[in-house]
Amino acid sequence: MIVYSLCFVLFMVGLYGVVTRRNMIKIVIGLAIMEISIFMFLVLIGYIQGAEAPIITGHETAVQFVDPLPQAMVLTAIVIGLATNAMLLAIAIRIYKNYGTFDIRKVNELKG
Amino acid sequence: MNGMSRIVKKVTQLLVSIIFMYGVYIVTHGHLTPGGGFAGGAIIVGAFALIILAYGSDALKLHKEEAGSSASESLSILMVLILAVIGFFVGGMVFFNNYLPTGVVGELISAGTVPLYNIFIGMEVAAALLTIFIALVIFKEESK
Amino acid sequence: MELLLSIILGFMIIGAIFALHARDLLSALVAFGIVGYSLVICFLLLKAPDLAIVQIVVETVTLVIMVAVILNSTREEVKDKLRWQSALTIVLALLFIGGLVYFYQVAIAPLDELGMHTTRMAEAYIEGAAEKTGSANLVTGVLFDFRGYDTLGEATILFTAAIGVLTVLRLKGKKAA
Repeated sequence: MIVYSLCFVLFMVGLYGVVTRRNMIKIVIGLAIMEISIFMFLVLIGYIQGAEAPIITGHETAVQFVDPLPQAMVLTAIVIGLATNAMLLAIAIRIYKNYGTFDIRKVNELKG
Repeated sequence: MNGMSRIVKKVTQLLVSIIFMYGVYIVTHGHLTPGGGFAGGAIIVGAFALIILAYGSDALKLHKEEAGSSASESLSILMVLILAVIGFFVGGMVFFNNYLPTGVVGELISAGTVPLYNIFIGMEVAAALLTIFIALVIFKEESK
Repeated sequence: MELLLSIILGFMIIGAIFALHARDLLSALVAFGIVGYSLVICFLLLKAPDLAIVQIVVETVTLVIMVAVILNSTREEVKDKLRWQSALTIVLALLFIGGLVYFYQVAIAPLDELGMHTTRMAEAYIEGAAEKTGSANLVTGVLFDFRGYDTLGEATILFTAAIGVLTVLRLKGKKAA
């Protein structure tokens, strides 16, 4: 169970980064860390001790496979994570061009 | 953005085709070996990004490439939808019905529609990520 | 196995903390690379080769995009002083953390131990997969046959994200032809 708790700690680290950092790039990094902890957690749930990777090679006899369902879900989630991160970075660089800073509080004060 | 040195350009010329072929292999063998449309599409984007980074944006007509990648992205997601709708009408009244013969497990041409979905999803992922990358590079160029 | 995974996760946590506290943005990105590439090793240990391939490429593309974003910008981190004057903030934060830990305990209780997972939903996918889909790779079979809607939704999100990036980053409008 300690692995699950470490995943939770990693999630909290990402959340801490999102809440306390002022730099927009750091906020994106925090969000990416939260994503990674969730991927790790989902794949950990599907793991079975002594099982094989879920690929039929033809010459296995009554072997047990790892649960393929969480893996399929995480596979889509990873690519979605990349797309949303790129979207956030695009917004960040656009704000940098308009305001000349990555500091999110300064942007809040400038307004305009 | 200027290109890099001549050595980098030459090595890029030699490597890019291999990386591209590896991506295509991962996509087309997605139903047999680890990998599939998502992984192969991302590898193909790696090849294109390597060309853009090595040769610089001056040597390439990025606006045309952006239009092309954007169009192919739309076309491939349309093809996924069309495949799903064909499955709806051919049998079972279920979307994403696997209507082609499944063949023998382990052969390259098997598994019905799964390889077709793999190819179109690979195109979709590659084109979408390439569009994002080119948009960033063009933005960097124009905002100087 | 659990010990090895715990050690790698510990490294990931250290890398994450350093990434959030680094002075220079470039070193923050490098430290973020620790987190992503450690995840690849974890996937390989957990018998998920598909995910390992995807994650190693996606991590590289993410880092390239991030470096491209910060390269010509100011790279130094904004100085952030922690403002501890408000006791109310600390109390609220502690309450929030307590609530999260409580819900984590509730959610973790019915789970099996690591490695003792019993496949309930995926039983049908594993049993009849080879005959129904003909796909040797079960993950691909689940992704494109049994759960095609998920894949379609994923493709839609990618499409929307690409359109969004094009819209946000367009400086010159297209000339009316």
